[in-house]
Amino acid sequence: MSREKPKSFQSLILTLHDYWSRQGCIILQPHDVEVGAGTLHPATVLRALGPKPWNAAYVQPSRRPGDGRYGENPNRLQHYYQYQVILKPNPENMQDLYLGSLEAIGLDLRTHDIRFVEDDWENPTVGAWGLGWEVWCDGMEVSQYTYFQQVGGLDVSPVAGELTYGLERLAMYVFGVDNVYDLPFNDPDSALGATTYGEVFLENERQQSEANFHGYDVAVLKQQFEQMEEQVPLMLERSYQGKSLVLPAYDMVLKASHLFNLMNARGAIAVAERASYIGRIRDLCKMCASAWVEQQEAA
Amino acid sequence: MPQLLLELFSEEIPARMQAQAAKDLERMAREHLAAAGFLPEALTTFAGPRRLTLVAEGLPLAQADRKEELKGPRVGAPPQAMEGFLRKTGLTQDQLVERDGVYMAFIEKKGRPTAEIVAEMVEAIVRGFPWPKSMIWGYKKLRWVRPLKRILCVLDREVVPFSIEGVESGDVTEGHRFMGEAKPFVAKDFDEYVAVLEKHFVVLDVEERKARILEGCKTLCFARHLELVEDQGLLDEVAGLAEWPTPVLGDMDPSFLDLPPEVIRTSMRTHQKYFAVKKPGEPGLAPHFITIANIEAADGGKVIAAGNAKVLSARLSDARFFWDEDRKAGFEPWLEKLNGVTFHAKLGTMAQRVERIVALAGEIAPRVGADVEKAKEAARLAKADLASGMVGEFPELQGLMGGYYAREAGLDPEIAAAIQDHYKPQGPSDAVPTSPLAIAVALADKLDTLVGFFAIDEKPTGSKDPYALRRAALGVIRIILENGLRVSLAKFGKEDLIAFFADRLKVTLRDQGKRHDLVDAVFALGDDDLARIVARVEALDGFLKTDDGKNLLAGYKRASNILKAEEKKGALPSGEPEAPAADSAAEVQLFDALRVLKGPLADALKSEDFTGAMAQLAGLRGPVDAYLDGVFVNDPDHRDNRLRTLAAVRDAMGQVADFGLIAG
Repeated sequence: MSREKPKSFQSLILTLHDYWSRQGCIILQPHDVEVGAGTLHPATVLRALGPKPWNAAYVQPSRRPGDGRYGENPNRLQHYYQYQVILKPNPENMQDLYLGSLEAIGLDLRTHDIRFVEDDWENPTVGAWGLGWEVWCDGMEVSQYTYFQQVGGLDVSPVAGELTYGLERLAMYVFGVDNVYDLPFNDPDSALGATTYGEVFLENERQQSEANFHGYDVAVLKQQFEQMEEQVPLMLERSYQGKSLVLPAYDMVLKASHLFNLMNARGAIAVAERASYIGRIRDLCKMCASAWVEQQEAA
Repeated sequence: MPQLLLELFSEEIPARMQAQAAKDLERMAREHLAAAGFLPEALTTFAGPRRLTLVAEGLPLAQADRKEELKGPRVGAPPQAMEGFLRKTGLTQDQLVERDGVYMAFIEKKGRPTAEIVAEMVEAIVRGFPWPKSMIWGYKKLRWVRPLKRILCVLDREVVPFSIEGVESGDVTEGHRFMGEAKPFVAKDFDEYVAVLEKHFVVLDVEERKARILEGCKTLCFARHLELVEDQGLLDEVAGLAEWPTPVLGDMDPSFLDLPPEVIRTSMRTHQKYFAVKKPGEPGLAPHFITIANIEAADGGKVIAAGNAKVLSARLSDARFFWDEDRKAGFEPWLEKLNGVTFHAKLGTMAQRVERIVALAGEIAPRVGADVEKAKEAARLAKADLASGMVGEFPELQGLMGGYYAREAGLDPEIAAAIQDHYKPQGPSDAVPTSPLAIAVALADKLDTLVGFFAIDEKPTGSKDPYALRRAALGVIRIILENGLRVSLAKFGKEDLIAFFADRLKVTLRDQGKRHDLVDAVFALGDDDLARIVARVEALDGFLKTDDGKNLLAGYKRASNILKAEEKKGALPSGEPEAPAADSAAEVQLFDALRVLKGPLADALKSEDFTGAMAQLAGLRGPVDAYLDGVFVNDPDHRDNRLRTLAAVRDAMGQVADFGLIAG
């Protein structure tokens, strides 16, 4: 594939795929359960645990129901894409590899000002934290760079390095576009016609925003959340070929987490309740994490 | 004499941790070297975005040889004791020397090579470094603030060989991440090291980086007829974010200048770490900013300036959105929202806190010359901006935004100013509020915090003060003292809180050079009027510096010791002393002095003229000295009256301070 500077949203993704594929990563596809961040894909949360090496890159649609703006805000979306790389153990030259990816997408490191600014990452719903930076390009955060220390409440060993690129924001920067909906989705000179990000997603933002803020029935969400919560331990008790069903159980945790985000967007969670909901999800996640690590170590 | 150069090279170290890291490295190295018997002529450390560096001058290449004396078992001790001692020392019994019935071993210890000691020292420093937060990486168990990449360690131009979990020492380091050559280079001593870093675009010394930033900013400003808005905290931070700090001036859309300048500055500083600029001699800001890049860009910084300008526009658009939305919303809906905000689980909601502050402000207002109704209204509105969008985004603008929004809403400017200033003073260098209205609300705010957290037993302990109660108490003290207010604190808090104030006042007075025992002596009177306490302490301090003061204190102690001793035998005789026999000159003199003192002392105390009161006490000095030197108190015929006289001295002085608590 060509190594030219990308010209469109999709070629930016393809460039990153190409780059990380050349570094030896497996290129995965998105997980098919709604998640709030690329980290939550089992390819990161679960694979970061246990002793086995794992190197993967993928795009993950990320849902943040509360961030919806009916398509009226130039850069806030309730559905957007994260590019996620996980390298376990983190290679010695991980920073250089990361900077190489920026060059691959067309950022000249002798013209742009790249800075690693302290930012310790934490995701309380999955009991995970790590140390690292947000990476700035000319004052804009283009990536989150983290060395995981704990996931699912468990210490990791070896340590995985995680890179997260906010694709829309990065594309807006690289292409000099001020409104996300104006981003060229495919090649603007395509023989089949140019398509913008807005033509693909604007209507989705409008409808989903209305559903997130007003459409979902809170009672139903709550009931579904509680069902998921009940099901996770039951699923973990079942087993196949001597292994408890941790992967389907983890999917249920993700569903519970998304249901919580929807309830939150609906304004159905009081401030005082928030911490307790997050704690409940974290407990479920910890159960899965422990079961997963047991399976990894046994194998 | 040989020089030691050490560099711990890692991935980017958080800016806020660098200064302390340099200090910790210096302290640990000094301790280790001292323990090995080394006293370097000079030891300097540096910290930057990717490296901690130490240079120590004047180390010997080996420790001096030492002779050790070890005491062994007594002659005739059980054989096991002797066996153990011989094993420990590696000697045979005929090599021991008998001295005073004890076997002694004399061991010659060869001094160890300094390189060995340095290798151990570096390992101990790396493994024990007190980073506020540290991490592991890869398969290693080693902890460092971010992955540790290489260690340069040369003593007298030779590599000190060691390896810490696979990180090997050497004599190479690397330069700037983007501007230097990509390959590592050799440095065998500090001069080479500094020169070669400079050549590869790294400024080692943080002070030099700061100077470079300031100079660069000023040059940029000068060319555009601008003036830098200096910001020491920001300077400290950005100096830790770049190895080759290079100021770049960018433009800001001038339409944002209608936002409050504090909002623009806060947005620039907290989100983007930019310096603001202004036109010389004009208020407000100029529509530009300065960012501190880490590179000298090939295009002179055009792309960097344009990119940063775009990010700033997005940030300021957010701020503009909050500013517009907040002005539409106004105070009442925010107050409504405070019902849903927990202040503290045991102290209720923010709205409940507001109610308490309103009541307190109403009580305080008449005591500080403020209008009661206005004070209550200002207190009612003071916390509303916590629910505004802008304060949600920039918590440090609390109060200030409330003031802006109040003025925008056309509220009484005095009330707006009280809302704006009620968090003051926020630190030792922050001014205290001075308008009566602001004083009333500021005191109410802080007293509610203090009373509340004391009531639920969340008092500060040691270095832990999560609710910043010390700062609140100090704020109350400064507002009262600096405004010359007369407020009785006992009205607002229980004993433990009053004691806490006393403690804080002691710290304040001690910082001003006042002795804390004097504060104790005055507090013991049970007064809770800070202004009066300070006046007393000051007068007492002055008095005790005089000859009369010192001697009277000594006299007081003697008198009080006698009284204490006698008190142990039984209750002291009560009542006023009677006139002594006319021929006992010392007794008559003191009796008269006490009698003469009474009226003027009471008057001086009543008018709070404590210097005057001290002057009155000074009159006691001669008579007291003569009395204690010439009168036998325990004379069976006169004991009761003489004790009454001494008690009268103690009581008279006790009206001014508890002299018994004064040291010396």
